[in-house]
This record gives sequence, C-alpha cells and structure tokens, in this order.
Amino acid sequence: MTDPAIDPIGIEIRNLYKIFGPNPEAHVAAVRAGMSKAELQARHGHVLGLSDINISVVPGSIQVIMGLSGSGKSTLIRHINRLIDPTAGEIIIEGRNVVEMSRQDLRAFRRHKTAMVFQKFGLLPHRTVLDNAAYGLEVQGISQSERYRTAMRWIERVGLSGFEKSYPSQLSGGMQQRVGLARALANDAPILLMDEAYSALDPLIRYDMQTVLLDLQQEVRKTIVFITHDLDEALRIGDRIALLRDGSVIQQGTAQDIVMRPADDYVANFVQHVDRGKVLKVGAVMVQPTGALPEAAIATDASIAEALQQMAANHLQALRVDDPEGQPIGIIPFQDAIDAYTGQHR
Amino acid sequence: MPSWLTSFPQLSNSFLRDLQRSIDDGFRTFTRGYGDLIEGFFSPLQTMLIWFERLLLNTPWLIILAVVAALAWGASRSLRVVIGSVATLVLIGLFGMWTDTMRTVSMVLAATFLSIAIGLPLGIVMARSDRVQRLISPVLDIMQTMPSFVYLIPVVMLLGIGRVPGLIAVVIYAIPPMIRLTNLGIRQVDREVLEATDAFGSSAWQKLVKAQLPLALPTIMAGINQTIMMALAMVVIASMIGVQGLGQPVLRAISNQYFTLGLFNGFAIVGIAILFDRISQAWGKRLQKHQEASHD
Repeated sequence: MTDPAIDPIGIEIRNLYKIFGPNPEAHVAAVRAGMSKAELQARHGHVLGLSDINISVVPGSIQVIMGLSGSGKSTLIRHINRLIDPTAGEIIIEGRNVVEMSRQDLRAFRRHKTAMVFQKFGLLPHRTVLDNAAYGLEVQGISQSERYRTAMRWIERVGLSGFEKSYPSQLSGGMQQRVGLARALANDAPILLMDEAYSALDPLIRYDMQTVLLDLQQEVRKTIVFITHDLDEALRIGDRIALLRDGSVIQQGTAQDIVMRPADDYVANFVQHVDRGKVLKVGAVMVQPTGALPEAAIATDASIAEALQQMAANHLQALRVDDPEGQPIGIIPFQDAIDAYTGQHR
Repeated sequence: MPSWLTSFPQLSNSFLRDLQRSIDDGFRTFTRGYGDLIEGFFSPLQTMLIWFERLLLNTPWLIILAVVAALAWGASRSLRVVIGSVATLVLIGLFGMWTDTMRTVSMVLAATFLSIAIGLPLGIVMARSDRVQRLISPVLDIMQTMPSFVYLIPVVMLLGIGRVPGLIAVVIYAIPPMIRLTNLGIRQVDREVLEATDAFGSSAWQKLVKAQLPLALPTIMAGINQTIMMALAMVVIASMIGVQGLGQPVLRAISNQYFTLGLFNGFAIVGIAILFDRISQAWGKRLQKHQEASHD
C-alpha cells in the first residue's frame, strides 16, 4: 500500500472520571477523596464507571485495555472520541483537549482523527460492503469515485475482494468484521479505536484477524486502542497493556511486565494460565554475560519456548542473545529459561 | 331512596344548554370572521385535488391500465400481482364504476401524499424528542378514537361542503399510523449502528438520511400502507360532505335500500384496497432485498 504515512499521534488520558447517575458532578469530589464504588452505589445511588484513569498511549503503538465485563473498558474507549462525556478529567490529543471540543470541532475530530471498529460490527445493513467501507469518506464529503477507489483498496487488503457488492447479512461474522476494519482503515485516521472488535468471533477467526491487524500495523503505524476481555489476545497484540478492574487501572505495562511481575493477586490469578513459553521473550529474561559468550545465538524477540527448544535440541547450557543488528547484548542460561517458563523467576 | 342516588347528579339542563350554545356561537363567529381566510389558506389543496382528479379522469383508460400494470410489475416482479391488478380494474370498468373509481383513487392518492408530507416530518420530530412524543401521542389517540362524524362538523362549518373539507377529514383519519410508525421505526434502529455513524462524525442530518430513515423504511412503508387503507375506508364517510367517488353510490344505496348498487360499489372499494395493498407491500418487501439471504 502506498498510503502517505501519517505521523502517528499519541493520546494522553489524565485523571478521567465517569460517574453514572442523575447528578454525577456532585460526587466527583467524594470519589477523588477515596470513596469506593460500592459506597457510592449504596449511599448515593450513583455508579462509578471510571475512576482516576491515567493512560498515556505511545504514538504508533497498540495499547490494549483489558478487563472483564463491567470493568469499564468499553466506557473508557468511548471517551476517546467522546461518544460518552466524562464527568471529570481530560483527554489530550495533538495538544487539544477532546473533552472541551465544541460539537463542530468534535465532528471534524471524529471524521479525520479517529476511526472505530465495533464488537457487533455496527454496519449499515441496507448498504453493500463497498458502501459500508466508504461510509467514513462519504460523511467527509469525498466524491464517489474517489471514495470507492480508496474503499476498494482496503476491501482487497482485508481479503474481501469479490464481496464488495454483497450485503452484510450475506457475510459471516468474521467477514463482517473485516468490513468494519476496512471501513475504519479507509478513513485514514491516525487513531484506530477497536472496541472488543474480535470478541464476537470464533477463536480461529479471531486469531486470523489478529494476524491481519498486526500485519496491517506494520504498514500503517496507527495509534491503536484495543479493548478486549481475552488475556491471550491482549498479550499477543498489545505493545502495552492496561488492566482495568471496577473502573480503575490496576496495572499497566508490557506483556512481559504483567506476566513476570503481576501487581497483585488479582492480576497474578489472571496470568497464571497463560502460556508463558510463548508470551515471554528472551529479551525479558536474559542476563548480563559473565565470561565467554556462547557460540549459538538467538534474537531478543524470540520466545522462551524457542530458546528452550534450541538448547534442548543441541544440548546447550546457554545461548547468546543478539539484538536485531546482530550485536550480542546478553546471554540466556538454560536454568533461567526454565525458571521463567515455570514461573519460578525472582 | 333519595333521588341523587338513583339518577346521576348532573349539571343543570339550562347550564349545559347555555354552555353548548356559547361554544357554538363562539365557533360560528370565528367561522364568519376567518372562514374566508382559512379557505384561502387551503385553496392550494383544491388545486392539487382537481389536478389529480383531471389527470386520472382525462387519461384514456388503456393508458391507466398500462400504468397500473407497469407499477405492479415494477413493485412486485410477479405476474400474478400484475394480472390481479389489471383484472380488478377491468371488472370495475365493466360494471360501470370506472369514473367513480378514478375519483376515489385520486382522492386517496392526494390524501396519502398529504399524510406522508405532514406525517413523516412529524414522526421524525417525535422520534427525536421524548417530550414531543408525550405531546403528540394523546392527540393521535383522540384522532383515532373520535368518531369521524364528529370532526366532520367543524370542518364543514369552516369550509363548507366539497372536496377540500373531505380531504381534510380523510387526512385527519388516515394520518395517525403514518406518524406513529415513522416514530416507531426510527426509535427501533439498532443503537450500535447509530453509534457507528456518530463515531465516523456524521451530522444529525447525515445520520437521519443515511441510517435512520433507510433502516426505518420497512416500518414507514407499513405506515403508508395503513394510511392508504384508512383513507379508502374514510372515502365512504367523506361522501356525506360531498366527496365524489365510490362513496356516493353507497350513500344513495343506503338511503334507498338498493342492495346490489351498494354491493357493487363496496366490492369496487375492496378491489382497489387489495390492489393498493399488494402493490405497496410488494414494493416495501423489495426495498428489503438486503435482508433476504440472512447468514447464520
């Protein structure tokens, strides 16, 4: 794809609160002072949706926001393009506070800066795949021939060539979500918001779609906020992950951080069934070399499982770890790899 | 037993008489003062009605048959509907009711257009605001349950006897389903679809035209269908205030006990009702083409 690459932009979410109820403003101060969700509900009949959220999304990265149902993750993503208005806090994108935008500015912001993919697809059932994919451009007032050209390109890119004249109801769930993805990408916005985009899909198709997204991200380098309740999905695609529980962020970091250093029992419980051999990377486990470097080498972004396999097959006690330029930056001893794999690391 | 227990203690007769008289007098004065003005206001309707009627009456019957056949085909793509429609009209013509039928059809079409023109925007406004819905709903309830003879009285007092008051009476009777079903159809549109249109920065107008109206269309079409049927039913009653067409022979049949005359004209009304219904429903269904091959 020869898209003029847009410079990725970051998202700063600062001190964001959302309280649901008839008079939310009245209770912000109490929540700031530490009133719990249960207390707010019992004493004032208001529901604490989000509490003091601070997330800074790195430009051009995939930020996963993970949590179980009711954790507030879908509420949170809707604040970024202000489908939901916050009770307090700010969201800074390109130096502008989304929370304070006027109706008109907000509309322009949604048209040009963000695109969104929905859990239940949110396609227009009376429109063909092509007209659905071109919707964002149509709203922007772009001529038909141009928007069809762009939409067609993305329909091909997500693997739906030949279906452009079909209606959404004629497609399977996975294909419908490809249309949703094509619609979002055709918009050419620097920020992509994905609200449980793959949760409604079968596991195999979900894995497929994750691959599609990761491949695409290599080309387009968007700033992606991805909501999911599936830890494996989060660990696979997230550059950074924020864990949400009862409307609060309980841990943020890379997949390695969260698996190796869970912040509390809740997170530890969450990650205990993860396939650590696949998730953990050599780079997160390696140690400083002492003495001579081993002959056999492995890349920093290889998984622990791959390292173990290589060592076991060749009866080695350690591997040299090379950065992408081929420079040695550490070693990974067999015992450390085993410890990391079994969760015994300190 | 005291009398107030056996008969309901009503307001005094003289008071009720005075109340009715003063309201009637007030309305009569209003009619005398503003009747011309109101008549002038409604005169475009007169022009439209006469234009419609002339169009249908002056067009050779063969062309009308051809147009109906084409419409039926275009809407349904079914030979059965086409043959049924043409056969109905041929039978009506053979039994000598062609002219009256054309008059009735022109009246029904005019009333339907007017109902859509007023009802669709009202339904949209109603769907956008709960307060407007609370305001309009009881008015529609009254319009639908009030015996139509009752509102014929003020209409005739204001505008006299003729086509325009007839049209207004028909529209009052036939418009409620149009408004209600437009409102319902728009309110039923999937929330996530609307959220998606919002997320892509649609304006309120874009959202209405590109998502809400098309998705509400099946329900709106059901409303139009209902409106047509109710307009047809009202045509007979409207003949009492001078609307020409199939209703007048029915009225004559009632007062003279001409059973067969009444039956013929009654069947003609049923015939065109079925014709309108099949064509509009088939059209509505074809608009839903995209929902045919539903997956999983």
